[in-house]
Amino acid sequence: MKVKTPSKLEKVLAAGHLAVTSECGPPRGSDPEAVIKKAELIKDHVDAVNITDNQTSVTRMCSLAACIRLKLMGLEPVLQMVTRDRNRIALQSDILGAASFDIRNILCLSGDHQSFGDCAQGQNVHDLDSMQLLQTVRHMRDEGKFLGGDEIKRPPEMFVGAAANPFADPFEIRVPRLAKKIKAGAEFIQTQCIYNLDKFEEWMRRVKERGLHEKVHILAGMTPMKSAGMAKYMKNRVPGMDVPDEVVKRLSDTPKEKQAEEGVNICVEAIQRLKEVEGVAGFHVMAIEWEEMVPEIVERTGLYPRPEVD
Amino acid sequence: MIVADKKPIEEIIEEIKEYENILILGCNECVTVCEAGGKKEVGILASALRMYFLNQGQEVKIDERTLERQCDHEYLEEIRDVIDKYDAVVSLACGVGVQFTAEKYMEKPILPGVNTTFLGATEERGLWTERCQACGQCILARTGGICPVSRCAKRVLNGPCGGSTGGKCEITKGVDCAWQIIIDRLNALDKMDTYEELSPIKDWSTDRAGGPRTVTREDVQQ
Repeated sequence: MKVKTPSKLEKVLAAGHLAVTSECGPPRGSDPEAVIKKAELIKDHVDAVNITDNQTSVTRMCSLAACIRLKLMGLEPVLQMVTRDRNRIALQSDILGAASFDIRNILCLSGDHQSFGDCAQGQNVHDLDSMQLLQTVRHMRDEGKFLGGDEIKRPPEMFVGAAANPFADPFEIRVPRLAKKIKAGAEFIQTQCIYNLDKFEEWMRRVKERGLHEKVHILAGMTPMKSAGMAKYMKNRVPGMDVPDEVVKRLSDTPKEKQAEEGVNICVEAIQRLKEVEGVAGFHVMAIEWEEMVPEIVERTGLYPRPEVD
Repeated sequence: MIVADKKPIEEIIEEIKEYENILILGCNECVTVCEAGGKKEVGILASALRMYFLNQGQEVKIDERTLERQCDHEYLEEIRDVIDKYDAVVSLACGVGVQFTAEKYMEKPILPGVNTTFLGATEERGLWTERCQACGQCILARTGGICPVSRCAKRVLNGPCGGSTGGKCEITKGVDCAWQIIIDRLNALDKMDTYEELSPIKDWSTDRAGGPRTVTREDVQQ
């Protein structure tokens, strides 16, 4: 796949390296130190850092501002943008704002429903959906035009990504849905957290069957579990999450004080297994409010040091 | 049809507490079918209010009337000769009926007795569900006859989102995932090959976003 943007993430992937990305959730306040501290923990061990956009619909510092903080620190941010809270005017405007700070990566999402968050009585926008947001960024970048047709002076140069959930229902459309996202313009994919490795490998098999792994860079989503309680919560409460019983059991059978360590072991083993799967182009390590574990996971899986690209 | 739900009686009492002569005005169309504002509900509400005011020792006269429709000038004219007898009217019609009555009788308080909820169907007696949001540009031909605008919590046009689990929506297990039904329909119609066609960015100017809407039909105007 040819490099089309100045994105470092894109260059790492295009050079054939297994990419490593991570993510930081912005704080529920205006203190920039919260973002900077998290970024400091992981900056040497990842190629790029996603900044979530009011994840689980809980109001936080905006993704764009947090991305700018990262950029000013010399990091490579991935701007997550959901269609829940902004119409097409605001989306395009924020994309240009991000591009003005040379933010080179964007992840297009629909966002969790607002009923999960702190503003359950709020409106949702969904003027566009996540596929149409992909189309919008590609249109702005490749055609140099707004959706309304007018020319953009200095169009955004962004590497465009999407999420994929290999585990959501109905399973039969999981691969067609990926194909559709690629058609809409996705150049990289970050998947939902993977715990059911067999099912993920089955999904990858079907992805390869259609040659989709040659059209998009797929980063496997990894989240270490901190405890058996977290595993149970993810299994039962988080929509679209597939946590097999044996993962819950392995953590439950571990003494409480050792569960976090075991959670990291499970994550490391999973990455080691998936590194061998053709079509897996890298890993998206989402250590939720546990960023300090990212370096250990990256080092133990042989993904450190990170490659230099220009 | 337009589906409505009864307002709590406490809310209606709050609306009318300053009045002494009140007309409860039902509608014989949609709200009758969904058992929120027809003749029967007018009678029940009137009785409940009479009992309440009697217990309060308040002298309030409450009359009952149900029109064929409240969204037509012709039927609304039927109360012109009696409207002055009342201090206020509680309309059990949908929001359309309430407004049409208010616009016609400018100096009369017209108060809503129901909450207008959605455009929907009767699944079974006592259960009505949404089917349409009147977006003004029907896309059902592309989605197997199932509407993601009204039935997907995120009105995702290229769905389903990642929250679809076991055919249910992420917001609650009580809601079917519209995109699961669309896919089931596309399968039944042998049209799954169309699933990968991208649904274009929608023109919402025909929806609420475009401001109050009008349909003008010169061919039927006199």
